[in-house]
Amino acid sequence: MLSRTADNLYWLSRYMERADFLARIIDAAQRLATLPTAYGGTGTEWESTLNAAGALDGYREHVGAVNETSAIYYLAFDPQNSSSICNCLEYARTNARAVRTALTIEMWQSINTAWLEMKRFQALFGKPGTIDRLELARFLDFVRKASLDFDGSAHRTMLRNDAHWFSRLGLYVERADTTARILDVKYNVLLPESEQVGGSLDYFQWTAILRAVSALTAYNWVYKETIKPWLVADLLILRPEMPRSLRSCYDDIVRLLDNIARAYGRPGASQSKAHETLRQLETIDIKKIFEKGLHEFLTDFIEANDALGAAIGGQYLVHDDEAATETQAQSQA
Amino acid sequence: MASARFFDEMTKPDGLPRDVYERVNQWLASAPPELLASRRSQAELMFRRIGITFAVYGDKDSTERLIPFDIIPRVLGRSEWTRLEAGLKQRVKVLNMFLADIYGKAEVIKAGIIPEDIVFNNEHFRPEMRGVKVPHDVYVHISGIDIVRVDDHDFYVLEDNARTPSGVSYMLENREVMMRLLPELFAQHRVAPVENYPDALLANLRSVAPSSSGSDPVCVLLTPGIFNSAYYEHSFLADKLGVELVEGRDLLVRDKIVYMRTTQGPKRVDVIYRRIDDDFLDPLAFRPDSALGVPGLMQAYLAGNVTLANAVGTGVADDKAVYTYMPDIIKFYLGEEPLLKNVPTWRCREPEALKYVLAHLPELVVKEVNGSGGYGMLVGPHATQAQIAEFATKLQNDPDGFIAQPTLNLSTCPASFESGIGGRHVDLRPFVLSGADGVRVIPGGLTRVALKEGSLVVNSSQGGGTKDTWVIDDVSGGSA
Repeated sequence: MLSRTADNLYWLSRYMERADFLARIIDAAQRLATLPTAYGGTGTEWESTLNAAGALDGYREHVGAVNETSAIYYLAFDPQNSSSICNCLEYARTNARAVRTALTIEMWQSINTAWLEMKRFQALFGKPGTIDRLELARFLDFVRKASLDFDGSAHRTMLRNDAHWFSRLGLYVERADTTARILDVKYNVLLPESEQVGGSLDYFQWTAILRAVSALTAYNWVYKETIKPWLVADLLILRPEMPRSLRSCYDDIVRLLDNIARAYGRPGASQSKAHETLRQLETIDIKKIFEKGLHEFLTDFIEANDALGAAIGGQYLVHDDEAATETQAQSQA
Repeated sequence: MASARFFDEMTKPDGLPRDVYERVNQWLASAPPELLASRRSQAELMFRRIGITFAVYGDKDSTERLIPFDIIPRVLGRSEWTRLEAGLKQRVKVLNMFLADIYGKAEVIKAGIIPEDIVFNNEHFRPEMRGVKVPHDVYVHISGIDIVRVDDHDFYVLEDNARTPSGVSYMLENREVMMRLLPELFAQHRVAPVENYPDALLANLRSVAPSSSGSDPVCVLLTPGIFNSAYYEHSFLADKLGVELVEGRDLLVRDKIVYMRTTQGPKRVDVIYRRIDDDFLDPLAFRPDSALGVPGLMQAYLAGNVTLANAVGTGVADDKAVYTYMPDIIKFYLGEEPLLKNVPTWRCREPEALKYVLAHLPELVVKEVNGSGGYGMLVGPHATQAQIAEFATKLQNDPDGFIAQPTLNLSTCPASFESGIGGRHVDLRPFVLSGADGVRVIPGGLTRVALKEGSLVVNSSQGGGTKDTWVIDDVSGGSA
């Protein structure tokens, strides 16, 4: 398939997944921000949420002081934020349009419908401070549903060929990144280096994280005990049965990349990188992670995940002319 | 040629329907207005759905920009079609011969059939193509010849489209919608199918692959990208053809060979069905500012390593000034009379003609030789005194730049409206394929209809719509 087509499919899924993630962390931050400080409300929820979204620097530059109204607007609607929910849906649709024929009708309709609905919300609430809590809840619900819709239609209707694999690959690389980020940011906020893990005040904070990744019930099923930070980390990092865990994402990433390598007859840099990361996740346990330092572990992971993204790009999605010339020179030699 | 009243394709002057329209006429007479209304709204729904499915028009108004569709089919009898088809084949055959000649020995010019400057000074003439041999001498692989009728026997060519004609996706969609919308009416006729167009097109493209390519040549469709107004047609066709829809940035040229960038590395391309104008094909050969094209493409093409369909430089054949010479050009190459007529045209470059045109501006249509899409045009009967005066000056300053034609009394077909059935003016764009095995016409084409009462302008930007076009077996007991 065309590299550009694979690239569009890959980014289409990444943007849909990112929109979903943003909706979830806005929701979680809202819950946290209403907690009294005695229950773990820190007053910095919006700052850490912007940080988890990778949007804090941009926010400071474009908006300034952090407050709830502006943060919500910036994360959800602001055109100046290239990763706002609306921009994610806009980019997703632009990518989808460019590869219309590589999508199934259901996938296209799920994106186009979501985009039209997003435009409606944008027209109504596209200015800072115009959205009330009820409408915001509706909006966030809609975004999560749109992502589910897209995911489900892709899963149900796409041929299992390279187009499908590249599309899924984008989703899991993005999901691994966002899971690691939300864990890292919240962990830093909660646990300055001097403090002990496990104070009772952070109960609600951890619950909020679990809720943000739809894992609260899963936690209860897996551990059958009250929320413990290291178990939350265990669930979100190492548990293969938890669909948002880093381990589960890498199980999928490795499987997809192996499928691609098999179909194309040769593996490359992205396969070896993905296998390496998976091996680490398979062999390390949560105790070792905390000994090493969760923050360090997650930073390393996010870097490795970025490097994988770059490797996938270099190997499949973008061929610069020199690389192409080289390949050709080799084939002529 | 112009009769006092318009030629009504359904109804004869005595009020009876022409044979080919008998069943349509019966259906219209018996169908209650509610049925027609419900079919109209169903059609609109279907098109919106198809539109959402694969037409992705410009941004905000994505659902508003559908071209209106009229549910009453435009019907041509088999014998009428056979005559038209023969004329189209003759015409396109000659377009190819003409292009091979002007980029070769230029005998048509030496013989004095057409003035040298009209050809060689034409902005669409590509000197790069001189002496270049294209596979099977086919230049115009895909053409759309615009046809109008003014009476029941003659077909007139309004325009030859030999560059990148569009509209074929409407021909295909219109048929799909009609078959679902009016199955009972459809079943009463034997309608020649059009659905094999993509197959025929693909076979045609493969037939002109360079001889260096293997038994399974790789074809692609080259689009300017998602912002082009015909993008949805490009993606629709690529999908039906089962070929990659590429943009310029997906292609690269090395050692005069064209490759597309795939996830498995560069893959050689043999045939490019390009929907990009010559000017934008290759920034190294033509417009250096073109970001749509492929640097080095022209070199690969001239080396015979890739086939472009249509060939480079075909624009000179559908030029309005060249058009006026087509009847003579046909006689020159084939020794035959043209089967399709040209609309009588005054070439303002000729002093006698200019004099006539200046004296009759209020009744003529004056067109810029290099204009298209209705721009730079004077429609005499609808023009103000000031506009006429302005055009008179333009004409005197640059007579070479203009031609003039009588205002045509285009034929009418019935169309369905809330207010009832009314005759509306139509034209027809059949699509003609030329390949190694000759010229082929898909029976039917795109009928465009001026939905505004009395309007002669069929362009979609000015209230034009489309109709499905049926070529049906002649009704027993008489032919049209």
